[in-house]
Formats: sequence, C-alpha cells, structure tokens
Amino acid sequence: MALDSAAVRRLAHLARIAVDDETARSLGTDLEHILAMVDQLREVDAGGVEPMAHPLALNQRLRDDAVTESPDPGLYQQNAPDTTEGVYLVPKVIDNS
Amino acid sequence: MNGKDIKTLARALAAGETTSVALTEAALAAVESCNKELNAFITVDAEGALAAAKSADERIARGEAGPLTGIPMAHKDLFCTNGVKTTAASRMLDNFVPPYDATVVERLAAAGAVSIGKTNLDEFAMGSSNETSYYGPVKNPWDKTTVPGGSSGGSAAAVAARLVPYATGTDTGGSIRQPAALSGITGLKPTYGRVSRYGIVAFASSLDQAGMLCASAEDAAYVLQAMAGFDERDSTSVNDPVPDYAAEITREIRGKRVGIPREFLSEGVETSVRNAFSAAADELSALGCVVEETSLPSLSLSVPTYYVVAPAEASSNLARYDGVRFGHRAENPKDLTDLYERSRGEGFGAEVKRRILIGTFVLSHGYYDAYYLRAQQVRQLIADDFNQAFEKYDFLIGPTTPTAAFALGEKTADPVQMYLNDIFTIGVNMAGLPACSVPMGFDGKLPVGLQIIGRAFDESGILGLAHHYQQATDWHKNVPEGYGNE
Repeated sequence: MALDSAAVRRLAHLARIAVDDETARSLGTDLEHILAMVDQLREVDAGGVEPMAHPLALNQRLRDDAVTESPDPGLYQQNAPDTTEGVYLVPKVIDNS
Repeated sequence: MNGKDIKTLARALAAGETTSVALTEAALAAVESCNKELNAFITVDAEGALAAAKSADERIARGEAGPLTGIPMAHKDLFCTNGVKTTAASRMLDNFVPPYDATVVERLAAAGAVSIGKTNLDEFAMGSSNETSYYGPVKNPWDKTTVPGGSSGGSAAAVAARLVPYATGTDTGGSIRQPAALSGITGLKPTYGRVSRYGIVAFASSLDQAGMLCASAEDAAYVLQAMAGFDERDSTSVNDPVPDYAAEITREIRGKRVGIPREFLSEGVETSVRNAFSAAADELSALGCVVEETSLPSLSLSVPTYYVVAPAEASSNLARYDGVRFGHRAENPKDLTDLYERSRGEGFGAEVKRRILIGTFVLSHGYYDAYYLRAQQVRQLIADDFNQAFEKYDFLIGPTTPTAAFALGEKTADPVQMYLNDIFTIGVNMAGLPACSVPMGFDGKLPVGLQIIGRAFDESGILGLAHHYQQATDWHKNVPEGYGNE
C-alpha cells in the first residue's frame, strides 16, 4: 500500500490532525511499513470465520433507565479551555456574511 | 522497610514496628533521590500521600486494617485520580485534573493503600519502551542505558528499584507483562472484565485491562483482591464472584498440565532467554507439573491483527480530544476545524498520530473489509487456538519477550521493529485471557521473564503456579544494584 503525502493529508484531515509537509512525509513512510506488516492478514484463509469484536461473548448489559447521578457542570468544566455560563465556547461556526 | 513484601509490611504495621507515615516518608524520599535518574514518576503527591498515611495509621490503630492498609504504592498515570493531574504521558492532557477517581483508584484507596503519585508511561499507553512519553523516557534500574519496557514502564521501574512495593498498570498488548519481564519483576494482566476499566484513559476498549506490577505472585494476589470485582460503571465488567486469591495460590499444583506452544520458541528468541526458559520449564516439571510441547498455529498473526484492531479502537476513543471540553487547545484558531486539527496536531505525539491514522485508514470506506473485518476474523482464529489448547492444558508458558531489555533509542526509528517486541504477549489480549510474567533468570545483567497464561478467570491458577515457582526459586528476589536497601 503506497501512501503519498496527499493520501496522508487526506487521512489526517479525516482524523482532524494538522500535519505539516515534513510530518506527512515521515508518517507516510511509517504507515507504509506498518501496512506492509499488516498485509499478511490478507493471505490468511479466514473465509466463513465469524468476526470477533470482543472477548466477552455476552450481550451488552443494560442498566435501568433511571437517573443515577446529576453531574455538576461547574466541576467538569474546570478542565475546559473556554466556557461561559455553563456552556463551552468554540470559534464562530455560522458565517453571517 | 523499603523493599519488603506486602505481607511483611502489613505485619510490621500491625505490630507497631513501623507506621504508614514512616513508610510513606521513606518511599517519598526514595523517589526524591532516584527520580532524576529513572524518570519513573510524572507527578509525586506528597501531601495527599501523607494525609492518606495518617488516616491509615488511625485505621490500623482501630484494628480495622486489611493487607494493603498503610502501604505506599503508585498509580500508572493513565488512571484518573480525583484532584491529582492525570496526563496519560501526553501533552494533550498535560493540564488535566480529573474531577473523579477511577474505580481501581477508589477501591485501592478504600483498602487503605497510600498512593504516592503517578508513574510515567508511553503516551496513551501506546508503546513498548516508555520512549513515547511526552515527559521523556524511563530508565531501566538494571542498566540505565536500556528501556524498562512499556507501556507501564514507570510502574515497572518504580517497583524494580523498590521505590514502592507495587504499582498499578494497564495491559492492552503486553503493557504490564513486557515491562515486568524487562525490569525483573512480577506483573499480572487479569482476564478482560475482571477489573473495572472505569476511569482509565481509554486506548483500545476491547483489549485494555488493568492489573499490577509487584515483587511476587503473592503480592499480586493481595493487590488483585482489592482491585477485582464487578463495577456497575463499566459495561464490560463481569459479575462473577472474586475468590480469596491469597488462599487459592497455595493450592497444590502437582499434576497440573502445562503446555509450551512451540511458537513461543521461534527464531528470534535469544539463546540466553531460551536457556532460562528451559530451566524454568524443568523447575515446573520438578514441582510435579506435566509439561509438554503444544502449538498455537495462528499466534504469528497476532501482531498484524493487533495493529489493525487496536489502532481502529484508538482512533475512535481518541476522537474525544477536541480542544473543546478538556485537554490541550491550540491558540488563536481561525475556525472550528482549525481548532480541532491544530489542537490534536500539537497535543498528540508521533506514535499516537501513527496509530490514529492507521485506525482511520483501516476503518475507512473501501478498506474496512480487507483490513478491519479480516483482522476480527483472524482474532477469532487466535482465540480458537487458545480455547483448543486449554481443553488439554491448565496453563501455557513461554518467554514473555524474545530478548532482554534493549538499548534506549535502539528501536525508535522503526515502529514495526518496536511492535514485534510484543509478539508473545499480544495474543493473550486478543483472546481476553489472564497472564502473568515472573522473573526466570538473566541475560548478562538484565532480567528475563516467564509468561504464564491461564483460562479465563483463572487468576488463582496462574498466580498459584507462579507462587510455587517463586517458592522454589529466587529470581524474583534479585534487586538491581544500588536500590532497595534501607
């Protein structure tokens, strides 16, 4: 699997990670090596094998649909970079122009 | 008292020969004098530790102590600690102070454990050498030019240097067992679901499991007793009774069937590791076990499978770091996308970016079936191999790693070389099984480890086998020169 800089940039954008040219180049080389190693899997005869998503072959346990705790927004927002009156602040997302 | 086992410390505390405050002050002093050279701790919480020690002493005086009450320990900096910075060794969380405790932290505190601080690790637990930490690499106390292993490298070095008798760790692909092996200590990765994952910074949720690094299998039994059990807050926590581990590990092991999968002795295993392992297998025969060769034919596929499954889960788990609710935020973003992209670009280190991008790739349209679905199928084949082997054997054993500790910087240039170091540990996480690593000898001056794998929820069995092995051998009593003495 060849990954040129443009392909790495596309992936990085999907993952919302800013990369400069230098990083894109070195990531591309590393990812090619990793994918070459992973490519062994394509040669395995796994036809008909049920995919295993999880080690516990159990159904998801559900709790009662009831209020169990009421988090304190102030406490949780102590770690937020920018808040006001209990809401998180981000750059303007609606363009009025 | 530094360097003593949990039982000895608990007895000394009960007898009034020492106090928790004295033990805690000694541990803090040891960290103070060693941390510059080892870099095992990211945060030391002297104030919190001394307060916990004081209340532990009061509890001991009231006669309400358990085996861990008043004994100093440390948490891998991946466990959330209320009011104490929790970084996951990432710039992303350099300023993160959790408003709550992980269940493991809460349970150990309830048992009277005295946490002296948070140990270094690979960034977001992604690494096998502790070299991906934002706070710099940890040094192996046996030879400070080598790595302690990873990702729980700070916990491993802290215990190896006898700064604390035990420390918590997490194991997604070998992150407890591999550093335990490379640092000459005992480490247990419990069965998936045995210990709550609530409050542990998530990496790969179908593989992550919390355990401990300590000096002996008996100490692991005491610590597991406090950590294990059902937790409502973790939807994958298993509601099975928790046995009395310290009692269970003394059970007879004669007649137990032990398999040696030949894949664990493949090319690439150093001669010294092979020799130490062969002596360990002989020791188990001498203890009355029936030791035979067997096979796990799909084991060689566990590394490629892991490097699809774990990055896929990581890319999804780490989507939460967006520079909005907590964690690093880039300065002067021009719009929301720029905020996300630069916050994540600046906050994550190279290895974390590699894994997020690999995960994004294998989950993306057009590649999902060829990579992710195929990896899940191979994961089932690997789990089937283990299931089949455990129809015949009680335990599977092998070297924990193909080599002893490698030099700092030796494998950082080539991620695939680094990944292959976990070739013997990853399969266990794929299948969700419990396994431990115990010291089994040396390669020169560097320790090497024996891995013991058991059936799901048979922590008693594997710790029992390890305990009997440690009753018959002294490897686990070795301490690196210059550490562990009063």
